[in-house]
Amino acid sequence: MTALARPVRGKPRPSLLGSTATPRWERIVERLIAAVAFVSVAAVLSILAFVAREAAPLFWEGREHLPDLILPRQWAGYDAPAHVWQPVGFPPKHDVVPLLIGTLKITGLAMLVAGPIALLSAVYIAELAPRRVREVVKPAIELFAGIPSVVLGFFSLVFIAHFLERLFGLTYRLNALVAALGLALTIIPVVFTVSEDALRAVPKSLREASAALGARRWQTTLLVVVPAALPGIAAAFVLGFGRAIGETMIVLMASGIAPVVDASPVSSARTVTATIAAELGETARGGEHWRVLFALGVLLFLITWALDRMGASAVARLRRRLHGPEAES
Amino acid sequence: MKRVSRGDWLLSAATGAAVVLVLGSLVAILGAIVVRGAPVLSPKFVFGSPGADPADGGLLPVILGTVACTLLMTVACVPLGVTTAVWLSEYAPRTSTLAGIVRSAIRNLAAVPSIVFGLFGLGFFVLFVGGKIDSVFYAQATGPVFARPAILWSSLTLALLTLPVVVVTTEEALRTIPRDVREAAFALGATRLQVVWRVILPHAKSGIWTGVILAVSRGAGEVAPILFTGVVGWQSRAPTDARDGFMHLGNHVYLLATQAPDVERAQPALYGTVVLLLLLTFSLNIAAVILRHRSRAGARA
Repeated sequence: MTALARPVRGKPRPSLLGSTATPRWERIVERLIAAVAFVSVAAVLSILAFVAREAAPLFWEGREHLPDLILPRQWAGYDAPAHVWQPVGFPPKHDVVPLLIGTLKITGLAMLVAGPIALLSAVYIAELAPRRVREVVKPAIELFAGIPSVVLGFFSLVFIAHFLERLFGLTYRLNALVAALGLALTIIPVVFTVSEDALRAVPKSLREASAALGARRWQTTLLVVVPAALPGIAAAFVLGFGRAIGETMIVLMASGIAPVVDASPVSSARTVTATIAAELGETARGGEHWRVLFALGVLLFLITWALDRMGASAVARLRRRLHGPEAES
Repeated sequence: MKRVSRGDWLLSAATGAAVVLVLGSLVAILGAIVVRGAPVLSPKFVFGSPGADPADGGLLPVILGTVACTLLMTVACVPLGVTTAVWLSEYAPRTSTLAGIVRSAIRNLAAVPSIVFGLFGLGFFVLFVGGKIDSVFYAQATGPVFARPAILWSSLTLALLTLPVVVVTTEEALRTIPRDVREAAFALGATRLQVVWRVILPHAKSGIWTGVILAVSRGAGEVAPILFTGVVGWQSRAPTDARDGFMHLGNHVYLLATQAPDVERAQPALYGTVVLLLLLTFSLNIAAVILRHRSRAGARA
């Protein structure tokens, strides 16, 4: 007993049979290492569980309000049934549709701006840039991801809003477009990095074959390399979209944050994330408003999770297609 | 010499213009902020004690709060992250299902929106863990002791948020260590744990540091996760207890930009605070990029 329990220090015991005999305390430490590795699994599961825990009673307390979360309703003072998010109104109105529309509007606009710019940059860096240029420019673009989103929010709020106001003479200084341009700044590094990786993963032989057939460089790039990397580029857009949907501070500061339902890109809008950030602080625990905000959190978790899985599996598929099944990771 | 075709020229022009646009906006953002913010940074503004109005500066407690929160976060997430990476790279068989589960969990964790971390921190750390601690140890207390937003809970929430950064960077560093190094150590009779502790980890030092720096830079800039888990708007002192609320540079930027009573008057303080926040996060990022570049060059040589 005493001999076994004593930790073995210093020199390892020599052994001629395969690996050295591992002292028992080392085995215990190794078990602990394995256990720690699973903290991340526990974390993901408990994020879902504990956010859902605050939202779940929605389904049994006050069940009669459930349809109001997504269906239009005839409220007093409105001409027609409408989607209204007015959690502090009387009666409180928790229709999440305006928030979903606001989220789609802002992220959609942001993708329209960021997607092409990031893709073109990726094509330049992966296909055309000399090595020297690539080694400087690539990390520089990736540095974008290192600017805190609250700083980008501040920049949108002050500079982009001012610029657009002067340019178009807008009714609302803070609007969906301002937030979208700010948001585009966070999407660009994501789309850029993933699509650049995809382009670079295209085997050299394809480019050489194309050149041997007499194709110009632009023909090789646009007709051979980009199509071959297309699943990876699609993944880049999906991942960028996922990032944009979850972004909080920029939209909170720059979107004008009014839950308006319309199609105009320059009207005020409000996203799911900004709603949670702006309202949870003043919400009584356990009330319907509180539960709806946590339910929105669950929704965000599930959407971003699904987008991330889609993106990841597209990247993996592309890698298998280009390099054969053994080229995992 | 081959004549450049019009198509080639167009492609270069369009893609080159996109790169110039991206880099240009990076320079414009940093330039616009630093030009207005740097002159504000007097010793009194940065290290002075705060007055009644945040617009007058005196950011010492804000900086201390940010640093304390980030340090606590680092202490919590680095050991976790490095250990996870060690398990993934040194212990788990490459194709094992368990390793696959851990990897996809890390990936998921990195994709969770920061505001959801905020909800989780509130629902799990503050209300659940804090509530349990209170009901066991502080049943007689009049108010909540642990079951309220505090710097401790903010740091732990941020630690989970930055965990993937540490894991991914460390694992990458561990994987660049050549097999021979491990085999040489095993051949000398070292046990697996000795190889990890005495050979692998020292070898991966710069990679691990890169991960730590990236995590600090990421964690120090996040605002959404701490909104409901511990940050407070304006108080005159720095936190002295893990159960205190704290002020944070990022949150300070948010408050000064959106809720200042007199926007014009708050402008200089706002720019100054943004520059400080950038100094903390962005410059660390640059340091990480350089460090990573060096360690890769080292691995190639």
